[in-house]
Amino acid sequence: MDTLLSSEGDSQRTQYPYVTGTSIIGIKYKDGILMAADMGGSYGSTIRYKSVERLKQVGKHSLIGASGEISDFQEIQKYLDELILHDNMWDDGNSLGPKEVHNYLTRVMYNRRNKFDPLWNSLVIGGVKNGQKYLGSVSMIGVHFEDDHIATGFGNHLARPILREEWREDLSFEEGVKLLEKCMRNLLYRDRSAVNKLQIAKITEEGLTVSQPYSLKTFWNFAAFQNPTVGAEGSW
Amino acid sequence: MFRNQYDTDVTTWSPAGRLFQVEYAMEAVKQGSAAIGLRSNTHAVLACVNKANSELSSHQRKIFKVDDHIGVAIAGLTADGRVLSRYMRSECINYGYTYESPLPVGRLVVQLADKAQVCTQRSWKRPYGVGLLVAGLDESGAHLYYNCPSGNYFEYQAFAIGSRSQAAKTYLERKFEKFPESSRDELIKDALFAIRETLQGEKLTSSVCTVAVVGVGEAFNILDQATVQALINEFEISSEEAPAAATAAEEAAGDAAADQGGAAAEEEAAPMDI
Repeated sequence: MDTLLSSEGDSQRTQYPYVTGTSIIGIKYKDGILMAADMGGSYGSTIRYKSVERLKQVGKHSLIGASGEISDFQEIQKYLDELILHDNMWDDGNSLGPKEVHNYLTRVMYNRRNKFDPLWNSLVIGGVKNGQKYLGSVSMIGVHFEDDHIATGFGNHLARPILREEWREDLSFEEGVKLLEKCMRNLLYRDRSAVNKLQIAKITEEGLTVSQPYSLKTFWNFAAFQNPTVGAEGSW
Repeated sequence: MFRNQYDTDVTTWSPAGRLFQVEYAMEAVKQGSAAIGLRSNTHAVLACVNKANSELSSHQRKIFKVDDHIGVAIAGLTADGRVLSRYMRSECINYGYTYESPLPVGRLVVQLADKAQVCTQRSWKRPYGVGLLVAGLDESGAHLYYNCPSGNYFEYQAFAIGSRSQAAKTYLERKFEKFPESSRDELIKDALFAIRETLQGEKLTSSVCTVAVVGVGEAFNILDQATVQALINEFEISSEEAPAAATAAEEAAGDAAADQGGAAAEEEAAPMDI
């Protein structure tokens, strides 16, 4: 082999993602955290998989949502399973909360980035522990922060403006779901990798529930959708 | 405990099922100067007797801050104690770096105990000759643990180790039931009284003792000499007129006998069984 250029031998590094999930949206609401994700797994421009669960529980107090490479998310789930297992094995009444999980994942993502072998994901971690709500995100290069509302991927451009306008500290569960659905509908119209099958997860002090998959009602008779290319130059 | 043919190696059992080298290590703890710890639901206090070798030298450091929420007092081979404190600090820092969260005291104590156990099962090592009183705060409240050279650890409401610690233990046994609800200042007062017990009549001043506190809203800190002396004066502990004095004098005679008795009886239960 070409040992001069690749002296590490078989270099197995993530160069680009293959099967990807699109945006995750998370918000804090009155009783905890709400997170929404659709169930699509795209293979480039093909919508290949339509039942991918991108929201998962982590231990007693946390919920993680992932966009980006699905196989890397599965790898992250294995890391988290091991982390939670060791945490439980102490059997001492202490447990890792969402803040600890978030920081652990930040370390993992940043270290992989430094090795030029990133886990190609944007992660959203949310949860409630001892009455404290927590919502944070980590990117594939280790950029991490906490906020009252988080979105990844296209959600950054299409959902966050809505959240900035309409999010409030004391949203009820129903209001929170409506807000998430508004963002998800917008993404459905405008993000080509979005699919109309989504799950919403709720995590509170009591625990986690992930909804059954369901679809949003859409409306295609907007005037702008009729004859969209009328008046556009060079279109046919 | 006299010399016998089973005490050369830490990896040699005696026919009675004892590891003499480990027990000798625990003797080293008993020879060190006293350290005591006590806790309430919200605070933990460590105090120790600081004897300098001569008037020319400084006191030996026996209390170490491990993290904002954990501190340790040692008795025995202080060099071993220093090294273990460094290990504890390292563990706390690494945990804090990864999880942005303080290491739960109970987990640190188990790691410390496992580290001590290794030295009881390797022929090329020797047990650490230091007992550690670990005081800390975590989600479930204030904690006090005692880590032994044998690798055992126990949680306590109050405890004392080192020479003449029995006198302090007797005092603490009388008072411990009210500790959970005690205020921070009451705990410190009881700590100073307990230290005074171990001095056996010598005058208690802030130059012979060190006091440290950790609690809800208070990071682990060692009180400075002036503050300690002010507390001693306030509680009038230095003189013998304090209420504990009368009973303490009788018990001191009995306790001294108990200390010798424990050392001489080699056919009784092994110290590690406590």
